[in-house]
Amino acid sequence: MEPLSNKRKVIESKPLNFWERAYLPAILQGLSITMKHFFKKPVTISYPEEKREFSENFRGMHSLKRDENGRERCTACGLCALSCPAEAITMTAAERQPGEENLYREEKYAAVYEINMLRCIFCGLCEEACPKEAIYLDGDIVPADYLRKDFIYGKDKLVEAPLNQ
Amino acid sequence: MELADIIIKLVLVVIIFLISLLIAMYSTYAERKVAAFFQDRIGPNRAGPWGILQPLADGGKMFLKEEIIPTNASSFLFIAGPSLAIMTACIGSAVIPWGQKLTFGSTVIDLQVADINVGILYIFGVVSLGVYGVMIGGWASNNKYSLLGAIRAASQNISYEISMGLSIIALLLVTGTLSLREIAEQQHGFWANGWFTWNVFKQPLGFLLFIVCAFAETNRTPFDLPECETELVGGYHTEYSSMKLGFYLFAEYINMFISSAVMATLYFGGYNFPFMHHLGLSENLVTILGVVALFIKIFAFIFFFMWVRWTIPRFRYDQLMDLGWKVLIPLAIANIIITGVWITFIRG
Repeated sequence: MEPLSNKRKVIESKPLNFWERAYLPAILQGLSITMKHFFKKPVTISYPEEKREFSENFRGMHSLKRDENGRERCTACGLCALSCPAEAITMTAAERQPGEENLYREEKYAAVYEINMLRCIFCGLCEEACPKEAIYLDGDIVPADYLRKDFIYGKDKLVEAPLNQ
Repeated sequence: MELADIIIKLVLVVIIFLISLLIAMYSTYAERKVAAFFQDRIGPNRAGPWGILQPLADGGKMFLKEEIIPTNASSFLFIAGPSLAIMTACIGSAVIPWGQKLTFGSTVIDLQVADINVGILYIFGVVSLGVYGVMIGGWASNNKYSLLGAIRAASQNISYEISMGLSIIALLLVTGTLSLREIAEQQHGFWANGWFTWNVFKQPLGFLLFIVCAFAETNRTPFDLPECETELVGGYHTEYSSMKLGFYLFAEYINMFISSAVMATLYFGGYNFPFMHHLGLSENLVTILGVVALFIKIFAFIFFFMWVRWTIPRFRYDQLMDLGWKVLIPLAIANIIITGVWITFIRG
């Protein structure tokens, strides 16, 4: 029968010769291998001081984006919450009042927008679902904390910093 | 013995004791650093520059840990175990000649605590006492893993002491003395009468046997079965916590230091280094350089202990016994016969 792959290797098991049984040459070989590693450059990244480069499509903490005029893009349509497989997103919509046009781009906006970071699985489906390009998972790793309630991130932590005036 | 001599000896004892402790302390740091380098890592680097305060941090942690004596343990023996282990580890250094004599005017300082004429026997006696610390501690813990570890330690040490003793007998045939000072003096210089003076070149097989046995006696990998984590949790020190555990670990590192010193003295010329009297330096300076040379040799051996630890996996127990009884002892006996024949018929 044809082998499925050509990776098969037939191993002959010959009886050990004298030097193999003497065990010492093998030990010396092993010592030379470990000594090579002794002089290798360490692969460690000293984490808090140095950070490993993230890949381009790394999905970290969410951020709610602003448009070119610094207005919040989110219109509280709820598609992100609907698409979320972990049900981590909740929001409360509110109507934009006259005079708030410089704060919110659409007529409806999210008064409360919360993501439970303990539920979130960082799949990125909210990002894909968003019709307004308002949410992206382009942040850092979500930091550690002590209490479960502190992992529910509100708009204070999620919304991008306002444009410089 | 005059009062001044006694004071000098006492000071020497204290210095050697402190050096043993310091080296044992920094062996733990070196072990972690060396392990890290062998595994392409960095190792401890947070406590102080390059982590050099790590041993102090570890020691402080050991002292602050809760002291636990199991309810059904024999509490006297439970405490006696680690005390005995560290005591026997520390007294081994008494007969090692650390250097030649220092002369200041009329005072002569002998850099050896006790030049007894049975130095090697003394070392052997102390080393074989060392296993009692492990045995007592393991038995007194009232824990099956500790007991198994202690039994392993006892049988391993007894098996390897025999081949260690036999490999030393061949060396004694060559040197003709049991005093470590005289053995060190015989290896003076580096080349005499058409051959190297260091005993490792006269007794290569004996040295090989001795170093294998030294690994077994100090419970280092590949012979660290008494404390083998994967099978016995922690072996004889499973039940130990706090500084009592620290003493066991410390004793292991002091043992490593002492056995390195013994190996350097017996086989690698002790405090002698090549061309020591052709450099035109004063006697005292040569003596101090000799002490430095001895310590370099000791550190090289300690490094070798660590190097082997990250190279060779642990033996299985039956393999350990096979190696000890079926390979090392016959080889040691053969070595004695070859040495005897060589001394009788060739050296004359």
